[in-house]
Amino acid sequence: MRIFDPHIHMTSRTTGDYEEMNAAGVCAVVEPAFWLGQPRTSVGSFVDYFDSLIGWEPFRAAQFGITHHCALALNPKEANDPRCVGILDLLPRYLVKERVVAVGEIGYDAITADEDIAFAHQLEMAVEHELPALVHTPHRDKATGTRRTLDVVRESGIPPERVVVDHLNEMTVRMVVDSGCWAGFSIYPDTKMDEDRMVAILKEYGTDRTLVNSAADWGRSDPLKTRRVAEAMLTAGFIFDDVDKILWRNPRAFYGQSGRLDPLGFAADAFAGNSVHRGTPKRS
Amino acid sequence: MKTEQIHGRLTDLLSPAAMRWAEASCAAVAAHPPALFELSAVAGLRCGRAPLGCDLPDWTADDAVRALMLCSLPLDGPELVETVAAVYRQGDTLERRAVLRTLPLLAIGDEAVPLVRDALRTNDPRLIAVALGPYAAEQLDQRSWRDGVLKCLFMGVPLVAVAGLDRRSDPELIRMFRDYAAERAAAGRSVPTDLRILLDSQET
Repeated sequence: MRIFDPHIHMTSRTTGDYEEMNAAGVCAVVEPAFWLGQPRTSVGSFVDYFDSLIGWEPFRAAQFGITHHCALALNPKEANDPRCVGILDLLPRYLVKERVVAVGEIGYDAITADEDIAFAHQLEMAVEHELPALVHTPHRDKATGTRRTLDVVRESGIPPERVVVDHLNEMTVRMVVDSGCWAGFSIYPDTKMDEDRMVAILKEYGTDRTLVNSAADWGRSDPLKTRRVAEAMLTAGFIFDDVDKILWRNPRAFYGQSGRLDPLGFAADAFAGNSVHRGTPKRS
Repeated sequence: MKTEQIHGRLTDLLSPAAMRWAEASCAAVAAHPPALFELSAVAGLRCGRAPLGCDLPDWTADDAVRALMLCSLPLDGPELVETVAAVYRQGDTLERRAVLRTLPLLAIGDEAVPLVRDALRTNDPRLIAVALGPYAAEQLDQRSWRDGVLKCLFMGVPLVAVAGLDRRSDPELIRMFRDYAAERAAAGRSVPTDLRILLDSQET
């Protein structure tokens, strides 16, 4: 089984997690930029964080056989702190880096005017850099926040197929599916979604334009939840090809829209008969 | 190593379209130095990472294209130093590696030593290995250089990566090597083969 976790905060995880993920079949991850438990107080704090996501963290992941890409953005919560907003001026220089495959996480936290500005501005940047966007939906007042999210996405002019709206649940999935955006689901031990509810949603809505992630971070979360969903799908009668689509081909298709997924890092492709040889120059 | 040599190897290696892109990028940097920042960032995606091989072992196509771009900067003195340092600071790991590899080709004196020191403080063997290349062999002070060499051993970087190892080795480095080998042996761990060979040759 090959797994691509399209949303996981490895910065907050241990090397032991990387080992267990690799053993469970996780070959690739995307780490979106987000807030930490402790609020940041300066632009420099973001610079160090972004540098880590395009430097140290991919190296750490590679030691455990995992290809690491990232999505970068000013997150919604810290978009409300004037000490942090200056990172938006530096973000364009990061969005051209080769390991950056999306703009994210953007969207709403407390649904404020400052969040409106940062969200719309960063969707513009995604359009300009021809990158996908990873959109977080708020945990409080989620349905209202998700409706407003979809309005902002529509007004931005970004093609809906280049947007994933994440952390969905039974209350918000329908409106996102109808919008043409990708539907993202985070599987958590206590909050967000669990694997059995996820399987029920897959049965109802199918496997198209759907991403499943662990969103594991510094809270109570589990980097192996992608694998647990795969197992729950098979138990519920889905075939192996469905599992491969949800946990490998879909995230590859979504982030592949960046044109930057590292083919050299995708050793697992060799098993799928796709012969990408290490070091072959790109013919452009 | 010369820029002509790098250019020649790249011409053999890259597709005509990728080579045209590389040459156009160098011209763009020569005309407008700030263009370097974005062009350096995308060089790997545009030109790939094939090894140059032959007389440029360990160099890859993206290193080579970035090196030619850096050598195209129409700057000198503090402006050149500041621009090269900024490309390093703003770069990802592979861009930083390319800057370190290019230092011997730039008329930059000892002004880029802070970049070497920065790389030696990281925990990434890709950066540590190139930080101790020909530029450090010429410019880095002896104490820092010795510590960098020892760090290579700790991080599993083969000593062959260290430029000028024979020339710059001194009794203090050999003592550090012996202590390290003894510490490994005391812990029941193997002594790296290249270190063993080096220490054996010291005894004869």
